[in-house]
Amino acid sequence: MAHAYTPGLKVLPLTLIKKKRVLPIPGKVLVSVGKEVDALDVVAEAELPGKVYSVNIANRLGCEPSELKNYMLKKEGDAVKKGEVIAETKSFIKFLRSQVEAPITGTIDSVSEITGQVLFREPPKILPLKAYIKGKVVKVEENFGVEIETEGTFIQGIFGIGGETNGEIRVAVQTPNDELLSEDIKDTDKGKIIVGGRHAGLDAIKKAIKVGVHAIVVGGIHDKDLRQLLGYDIGVAVTGSEQLGTTIIVTEGFGQIRMAEYTFKLLKTREGEKASVSGATQIRAGVMRPEIIICGSPKLDVKRKDESRTWMEIGDKVRIIREPYFGLIGKVSKLPPEPTIIPTESHVRVLEVELDGGEKVMVPRANVEILEE
Amino acid sequence: MSDKDLNVIIATDCGSTTTKAILIEKKGDTYRQTFRGEAPTTVEAPFEDVTCGVKNAIIEVEELSGRKILDGDKVITPNKGNTGVDIYVSTSSAGGGLQMMVAGAVKAMTGESAQRCALGAGAIVMDIIASNDGRADHEKIERIRQLRPDMILLSGGTDGGTITHVVELANFVKAADPKPRLGASYKLPVIFAGNSAARDKIKEILDEKTALMITENLRPVLEKENLMPARHKIHDVFLEHVMQQAPGYPKLMKMVGAPIMPTPMAVGLMTEKFARAKNYNVLAVDIGGATTDVFSVFDTIFNRTVSANLGMSYSVSNVMAEAGVANIMRWLPFKIDEQEVRNRLKNKMIRPTTIPQTVEDLMIEHAVAREALRLALDQHKLLAVGLKGVQQERSISDAFDQTSTGQSLINMMNLNYVIGSGGVLAHSPRRVQSMVLMTDSYQLEGITMLAVDSIFMMPHLGVLSQISEKASLDVFYNDCLIKLGTTIAPVGLAKEGELILEWEIETKEGKKIDGSLRFGEMYLVELKDEEAEITLKPLKGFDAGQGKNSKFKSKIQGGVGGILFDGRGRPLELPKSEQKRVENLTKWFNKINMYPEK
Repeated sequence: MAHAYTPGLKVLPLTLIKKKRVLPIPGKVLVSVGKEVDALDVVAEAELPGKVYSVNIANRLGCEPSELKNYMLKKEGDAVKKGEVIAETKSFIKFLRSQVEAPITGTIDSVSEITGQVLFREPPKILPLKAYIKGKVVKVEENFGVEIETEGTFIQGIFGIGGETNGEIRVAVQTPNDELLSEDIKDTDKGKIIVGGRHAGLDAIKKAIKVGVHAIVVGGIHDKDLRQLLGYDIGVAVTGSEQLGTTIIVTEGFGQIRMAEYTFKLLKTREGEKASVSGATQIRAGVMRPEIIICGSPKLDVKRKDESRTWMEIGDKVRIIREPYFGLIGKVSKLPPEPTIIPTESHVRVLEVELDGGEKVMVPRANVEILEE
Repeated sequence: MSDKDLNVIIATDCGSTTTKAILIEKKGDTYRQTFRGEAPTTVEAPFEDVTCGVKNAIIEVEELSGRKILDGDKVITPNKGNTGVDIYVSTSSAGGGLQMMVAGAVKAMTGESAQRCALGAGAIVMDIIASNDGRADHEKIERIRQLRPDMILLSGGTDGGTITHVVELANFVKAADPKPRLGASYKLPVIFAGNSAARDKIKEILDEKTALMITENLRPVLEKENLMPARHKIHDVFLEHVMQQAPGYPKLMKMVGAPIMPTPMAVGLMTEKFARAKNYNVLAVDIGGATTDVFSVFDTIFNRTVSANLGMSYSVSNVMAEAGVANIMRWLPFKIDEQEVRNRLKNKMIRPTTIPQTVEDLMIEHAVAREALRLALDQHKLLAVGLKGVQQERSISDAFDQTSTGQSLINMMNLNYVIGSGGVLAHSPRRVQSMVLMTDSYQLEGITMLAVDSIFMMPHLGVLSQISEKASLDVFYNDCLIKLGTTIAPVGLAKEGELILEWEIETKEGKKIDGSLRFGEMYLVELKDEEAEITLKPLKGFDAGQGKNSKFKSKIQGGVGGILFDGRGRPLELPKSEQKRVENLTKWFNKINMYPEK
């Protein structure tokens, strides 16, 4: 028995899925425990404080900040309409009076006698929080959100772009080793989750965006294409807020990498069903991976699996995640306990992997991840 | 506590991923690090209690040393026979460390002072808000609201000067109504260290909505910085507010015998103590997975910067984005497609715990490390502007031109000692690799001694130095530093093959060796962990530290690497042609036996 340093990505046909849905600021929870919700139902909402605008009214009136209160027609907390006169100098002759109008519709937040500045605030905006998955509300955290529970298929990707979405699954290629081409994406794919094989190039992704595909799930993409799509290099892996138009979920990594057979087959069995997907990825404290959630049981003879092992055993299926065998899948055949010298001359703990073709290779334990099936 | 009562010490550093414990014992008259243990940090779910990891790490030390240290949740003090320790100290950077936002009236003046103040206290500065930072007011307010710092440091205005700008900033903070990162229902701590005449007004604006604290102005007059009171206040708030919200920290605070310190603050303190004890100009760098910290002490002036997104795993892709792929690829002694390099680095970003298995992959990691170190030093140079933390006077004339005067402070020719830490430097398979990485990225000039802190003990020793300077320095010299050797790099340019330096080394035993250096060559001379004297005679207008063509004698330090003679010239320019560049890199790396044969 030995610890796997890189926990595997979960690819579970049937498991208990719990999702916390939490507002960024306190608000109102709209559902109660026991309520069955759909992915698009709003479960909570918050009022986002309106944008603040500043105007230096003392400067505009040509008075000292300390005199400002004498000329204000409105005070802190008062509602104002855009264009409404809110400050005015006093003069018997009308055309000698200076006036300042409200730049927005909202309220007056503060009036400073030091700076002469007045802060206006727009009305608050309602921020709705959707359920994201179909399921049952099992917990309510007052003012903040809920926990939703469901049983279904749960697949994690390694990297994603774009936020939460949903749609019907369509597998657009024949095998997990096929390239997803632009011609594989049809006009009828609008609103769908499209599953490809080893790679999707720039043309295919652009076509998906044009058609209105909600998400692409694929083995690998090239970093160069990603840069071109976004217009910048992703520096730190904190994603989910990109506005590409299509969410992208990469299951294996960067480059052309055959999608794991198991993942591909599982998605194939759920073709035609509705899925909730999120591209949000965060690879630091509190790791978050992109995910595909499909409620309900697949048409397979599977038992529900909720707990996963944190160690590795001989016979475990692993994916090698670094050169020179990057992307290859095999089974652990030896787990030597002593540190071994690898070609870089580092002393590290290694394991032997029997690749799918029968060849046996030694790799550092840090360079494999368990395939959690 | 006097050194007489201090015989056994346990120290921990709670990092984001690992908690490391070391045991220090007095052997005769000298303190030595004797045992160490480590365990995963337990700040995150399912444990959410930092003390679990601390206890696990200490238990490992107990098992190895045979000394009983823990009694349940308590550290047994004082030591008696084989039980207990005399003191337990700890540092922490778990849970993202200390994250701050700073605000100052003028960006290049109080804004920069506030930034230096927060960095010196061990914080990561998330943003600097200033009246003249180029953003519209509503953008500033939006930004303050979005970022959820642990605290805000508000400065601005000299004492008795105008209060307009600082009041304006306070109004923005009030309008944003920001929430702290930890403990959403608590008020955000705001430290006001600005114009003392504005205090009443600031109280009026911020007292209700924030946990406001007032301290001395960090820029009381234009030509003087007074950072220490605000720095102490930051440390107090860190202990009283931030730590109290972090999982398990209230328990940890009861276990320790001295206040917990943010890890970078402790490293900074140790760097300062070392520089002062040896009378050296020192540069210390800690290159981690996500961030790179740089500490410097030049002419007794301490500075720290943290490059929050330059690192070797989580931030590896950001190094590529900031440096450009071409700058990374210029260090590779082989040809490779740009797309391949991009994909490999992105794959490292998404699977950050993997390690290079092939020599080629190791070379790519080293290429990234050079660029990360270079960029982090560039950022450091911009902020290391010569105002010392406690108090330093500068004239009115250069107060308006801080950045440019600051750049002259980090002078590579005057640098005596570089200390590297972090995986890529501390655990490189061949020590000469660390030497070359630091030599290349910093373009070391003249004579520079190098070392690595192989198990990152500087945080433990920094916090310990407050209790006993002797204990921390003893362990620092004897156990913490792995001396690599010295780089000799004459400054100048010449034609390839021209003689640029003659040298002679005399060891303590009186053994003499000599040689010469030609432009474009690089080689190593073996000199084990001992001090020796070198005579340098630069030629062809080259400068080795005492001026062009000036012959001089100096002390050097040997080590596991030896003496690296670098005749590639300064500034170091790699050939533009890919073929010639690959040829040169291969020649240099082979000459110093940098990598195993592929």
